[in-house]
Amino acid sequence: MASDSIKLSVRNVQKAFRLRPSLGEKDDKERLLQVLGGISFDVRQGEIVSLIGESGCGKTTLLRIVQGLIRLDAGSILVDDVPVTAPGRDRGFVFQQATLLPWRTARQNVEFGLELQGLSKADRQTRSTELLELVGLAHAAEQYPHELSGGMQQRIGLARALAINPAILLMDEPFSALDAQTREVLQVELMRIHEKTAKTTLFVTHDLDEAIYLSDRVVVLAAKPGRVKKIIDVPFKHPRPELAELRIDPVFQEIRREMWTLIRTSTQVAA
Amino acid sequence: MTGVTQATEVRKTGAGESAEAVVEDLTPPPRSRSKVWIVRLISIVCVIGAWEIFGRQVNPLFMSYPLAILKAGAVLVANGELFEALKSSLWTLVVGFTLASTIGITIGLAIGRYRYVDAATDWIVNALYATPLIAIIPLVILWFGLGDGAKLFIVTILAVFPVLINTASGVRNVPSALIDVGNAFAANERQVFMKIILPAVLPYIMTGLRLGIGRSIIGMVAAEFFTAITGLGALIVKYGNQYDTASMFVPIFILMFLGITLTSIVRKLEEMFAPWRGTDE
Repeated sequence: MASDSIKLSVRNVQKAFRLRPSLGEKDDKERLLQVLGGISFDVRQGEIVSLIGESGCGKTTLLRIVQGLIRLDAGSILVDDVPVTAPGRDRGFVFQQATLLPWRTARQNVEFGLELQGLSKADRQTRSTELLELVGLAHAAEQYPHELSGGMQQRIGLARALAINPAILLMDEPFSALDAQTREVLQVELMRIHEKTAKTTLFVTHDLDEAIYLSDRVVVLAAKPGRVKKIIDVPFKHPRPELAELRIDPVFQEIRREMWTLIRTSTQVAA
Repeated sequence: MTGVTQATEVRKTGAGESAEAVVEDLTPPPRSRSKVWIVRLISIVCVIGAWEIFGRQVNPLFMSYPLAILKAGAVLVANGELFEALKSSLWTLVVGFTLASTIGITIGLAIGRYRYVDAATDWIVNALYATPLIAIIPLVILWFGLGDGAKLFIVTILAVFPVLINTASGVRNVPSALIDVGNAFAANERQVFMKIILPAVLPYIMTGLRLGIGRSIIGMVAAEFFTAITGLGALIVKYGNQYDTASMFVPIFILMFLGITLTSIVRKLEEMFAPWRGTDE
């Protein structure tokens, strides 16, 4: 499914956050916490790439930098070889918590990005109907977020990001707040939607199985400062069997073990 | 595949609902609502009955009783005095409250959104909100005389602060995650304001308006006491001076109903504008 043309390029991205001096500390000069220490990798057209690593390795920070929500200190983000620094409609973002606007119905939430672009009501309606059907929630179009389950909210969050037809889909641990059963359902759904849309996707997760199941490649990050430890190819062809079936594949187990070792050793070094 | 996944989620939702139903079983069953009303009605009858009985024993100069108040009310309605006073009071209230809302919402939004506006104004807002502004009524009358200007000023200045303070705190409390959504979808400043901040602040504004209405009514009556020319407040002063206690109670009751009605209208609006917020007070 993935072609060889590079869609998104992350080039030597660095980011440090200022730490406020804690109370009682004598010298009050600001300390810097290097979160990302020069990260580089590419995502090819139509590919799903996961970012995985222990907490504090800066994977969410990196994703927000790619979206343009956080400014980078050094390095660059290229989409189709063009550097990007601010949020743009070429990238769609799915948040960890669905963060739907509570005063809007499911449909109006899906139409949010289209509204900002100034699309006519009729065009918005056509597009949102299409997307509500894609995520299997056409029947809930007129419901408000507080009337939807967590899984349904996250589907709407995905539909909202896809509605603007972005070149790249950025997903920040979108299923981590869901219960295990709903999470697996949505993983399957995401794969199904990806078969249809072939969206280039950068996916942040801390769940090893999820990373392997969804991704064509997994970027394993090490922490303090965040850096690429290894990029692992996941050789399974699409469409993939269910996760339960994939889990007993020796190749799956081998990849999982390798990832686990990488993450654990980096944790021990840091600690 | 979609069918299967939907079925799973529907089942999940179903489970959630039944869990809620179990919780609801712990609260009194719905039919007891009518029982609550019966108790309430009995209480009303008892209190008014007691007032009627004991009120008659007291010198009518100091206290009146329901039947006498009703009779006095009928007289005041018949000679048009009550209607005149109500019209004058409502005009003051509506114009003053509208002014207060407009000013309060506008300044509140600016204070909540811009740090420097906040820094420039917070001390004066806090000082004036803490001051019992009734205290400046004599000064206001010096400025504006005894006409409508003084009444409007007092109603406005009393009602403006709850609206302003609630609006500003609403803007400060807009979840940053929602602002992020706007930014992520490349909304410009105006779009963030119109499509995220304003709808998010609306429930806070409604709360401010509800509190503002109560203070408007207080301001209106107090101003009418001092100017004592027109309005329900003036009517109270007039009959007080005439030692006609029964007639004095009539405008008091009208004020009570006015307060209850207006506040409950705004409360309904609050629920309408923010059905997702529930009643968190």
